[in-house]
Amino acid sequence: MSIDLATQWLPLVWAGLIAFAVLAYVVLDGFDLGVGMLFLLERDDTDRDIMVNTIAPVWDGNETWLVLGGGGLLAVFPLAYATILPALYPTIIAMLLGLIFRGVAFEFRFRALTRRGRRWWDVSFAAGSAIAALSQGLALGGLLQGIKVVDRAYAGGWWDWLTPFTLLCGVALMIGYQLLGATWLVWRTEGALQTRCRAHARRFGIATLALIGVVSLWTPFLDPRFLARWFGWPGIALTSPVPILVLLLAWRGWRGLTRGADVAPFLCALGVFALCFAGLGISMFPLMVPPSITIFDAAAPYESQIFLLVGAAVLVPIILAYTIYAYWVFRGKVTARTHAH
Amino acid sequence: MPEFDAFHLARMQFAFTVMVHIIFPALSIGLASYLAVLEGLWLVTKRRVFLDLFQYWLKPFSLAFGMGVVSGLVMAYQFGTNWAVFADKAGPVIGPLMGYEVLTAFFLEAGFLGVMLFGMSKVGPKLHFLATCIVAAGTLVSAFWILSVNSWMQTPAGYSIAADGRMMPEHWLSVIFNPSFFVRFPHMVLACYLAVAFVVGGTGAFQLLRDDRNQASRMMFSMAMWMAAIVAPAQILMGDAHGLNTLLWQPAKIAAMEGHYDSGAGKGLILFGIPNEAQERIDYEIQIPHLSALILTHEWNGMLRGLKEWAPQDRPPVAIVFWSFRIMVGLGSLMALIGLTSLWLRWKRRLYQTRLMLWATLAMGPAGIIAVLAGWVTTEVGRQPYTVYGVLRTAQSLSPIGAPGVAISLLAFVVVYLSVFGAGVLLMLRLMAKAPISGEPGPTPHLPARAAGITPGPAMAAE
Repeated sequence: MSIDLATQWLPLVWAGLIAFAVLAYVVLDGFDLGVGMLFLLERDDTDRDIMVNTIAPVWDGNETWLVLGGGGLLAVFPLAYATILPALYPTIIAMLLGLIFRGVAFEFRFRALTRRGRRWWDVSFAAGSAIAALSQGLALGGLLQGIKVVDRAYAGGWWDWLTPFTLLCGVALMIGYQLLGATWLVWRTEGALQTRCRAHARRFGIATLALIGVVSLWTPFLDPRFLARWFGWPGIALTSPVPILVLLLAWRGWRGLTRGADVAPFLCALGVFALCFAGLGISMFPLMVPPSITIFDAAAPYESQIFLLVGAAVLVPIILAYTIYAYWVFRGKVTARTHAH
Repeated sequence: MPEFDAFHLARMQFAFTVMVHIIFPALSIGLASYLAVLEGLWLVTKRRVFLDLFQYWLKPFSLAFGMGVVSGLVMAYQFGTNWAVFADKAGPVIGPLMGYEVLTAFFLEAGFLGVMLFGMSKVGPKLHFLATCIVAAGTLVSAFWILSVNSWMQTPAGYSIAADGRMMPEHWLSVIFNPSFFVRFPHMVLACYLAVAFVVGGTGAFQLLRDDRNQASRMMFSMAMWMAAIVAPAQILMGDAHGLNTLLWQPAKIAAMEGHYDSGAGKGLILFGIPNEAQERIDYEIQIPHLSALILTHEWNGMLRGLKEWAPQDRPPVAIVFWSFRIMVGLGSLMALIGLTSLWLRWKRRLYQTRLMLWATLAMGPAGIIAVLAGWVTTEVGRQPYTVYGVLRTAQSLSPIGAPGVAISLLAFVVVYLSVFGAGVLLMLRLMAKAPISGEPGPTPHLPARAAGITPGPAMAAE
């Protein structure tokens, strides 16, 4: 594989930007989907209000990264968009429906007239979050294990995506998101709720590590190229630090949880997600839709990519700046006494 | 009867999901601007009634916005799930425009929505007003890009076609500012403002029918009627300009809207009739002679082309377009009538007490939203049988998918949309059924006592 940077830099830059958008989505919506799933473990009304209020001002911005991932793919890698989505059709529909239930529940649960109504929207919030997380894991697994493409179109069946590997990915992402959610709540809450979230974080942390191990050992055997990348030279020079760093972060996060740190566990969980994502990138590069479509095959024409890149170069830093501002405005511990903070 | 193959099911799915979706952005666009005006008036005049109205309408706004976000996400992915060939071929042109929509509008709205909804006590009234204005601007920027995309699909420009059939952008300014964009964008923004004017006006009328001394109810009704009086006539002029533009670029659509099968000079305006697509004529038609020619060509005996000039497989479906166009125009005229009547009653100082007018405005509450839907049906069905007009046929845009999957997902969307968004609309209506009160609370009232309260102290003291 040789890449000529002079002519192929643009698709590479865009692949990096799309990867960044997807990672931003996974960690940001990851923690708020995780908070949603933790509703199953935290049943007290006041605690649930606090949990929702930690994410109410930011969830919409978090979800916008998913729109950027999808819209961006259509703009700069239309072939990937046009083959991945039909191939993963049921998982995408399930994810969208899950996100609908979860998204409206933010407002609806506060406005329900009756206790039963409120319970129903609490269930919607938790179940919608769980379905969205599961579907995203299934979709990720489905992409990794490969999509059959003939003549620029998906050429497989409805259920090709459903395998033991994708189910494992689905469960792993549900558990991982709950780790993110629990550590987020450790940061943003206090008292008994925070103490219980530390315990949740420890349990989900161990489970996440175990599942990362299984998925990581399984992935290289999906495609001989993945295997060569991970265990052949020179790939191994790039790949071997990944698991070591994951373990270091896990240790650091665990220590934070046991010693009462507020922010460190969340940051460590984010770091673990980023490393896993980097690992995926190492496996797939330069493929965009395994096993056959590369970043360069999927790329939109130069005019399309450069036109949007000009905007992205200016706007993404601005977006990051005001996103940080929005988080900053609602900083600090959320308690029953704060009004939506 | 439509056939239930993957193609027709996918079209039904798109039509259903986009029609439910567009209701919420239309409300968000109009309400965001209204909220910015209310908060601005509060800051300038310090009158409590404006803050109360701001808090009152912030709650339905936040519901509408949330439902717009989640139903919009479905649209962003449906181009890929059901219309992959369209995505692959038109993606290089429309994709970057939608990318700009996300980068310039969605993030902006999402970033400042939290501050707008929950941040008054955190950032103070001036910065909060800035956040409101940014959200309102974001909704308009979003409309700019998505209307540009839609206009390009109606009147494609600035592109070439590659050997493999993909549409390649050649000149971005020609793509963005394509020939129908200049009329479609203002037509839609005015439509959103008008829709919200009647939602607010209908709510105000409902409240005044119960208590005509509530100052906030009077204020919202009065503001809504000013909007109706100004925007409804402006929209009729804008609609006329849109019609002339469509005649120039998509004459077959105009022929379907007008119900003209035969070409001819000085054709009449068909007020009513029943399209008979098999016999290629309009049955039971009632028409005003020469008026259609006069409106569209500005000449008594102007020439108009009829549908028979196009082969049957190149024509849009006539009946849907014919009816939806009449619904839109009819409702637009009634809204203008309400607006003009309000001017007369205001002059007579009977605006808040004329019960017939209040009942009429209440009945017209959903009129603007229905007109928006009817207008979109007219322009989208009128674009058929193409997705990109004259370039890519709808039948050739479909993903390689089977009917069962599309059918099941369509069913799931119908069930979820009707229950979830139905519940959401009921919640909005319940909020609007409550009379606005002095000291109206903000969007999340269900938490115990707050440390700071939602209203900054100094501003309240001025009351």
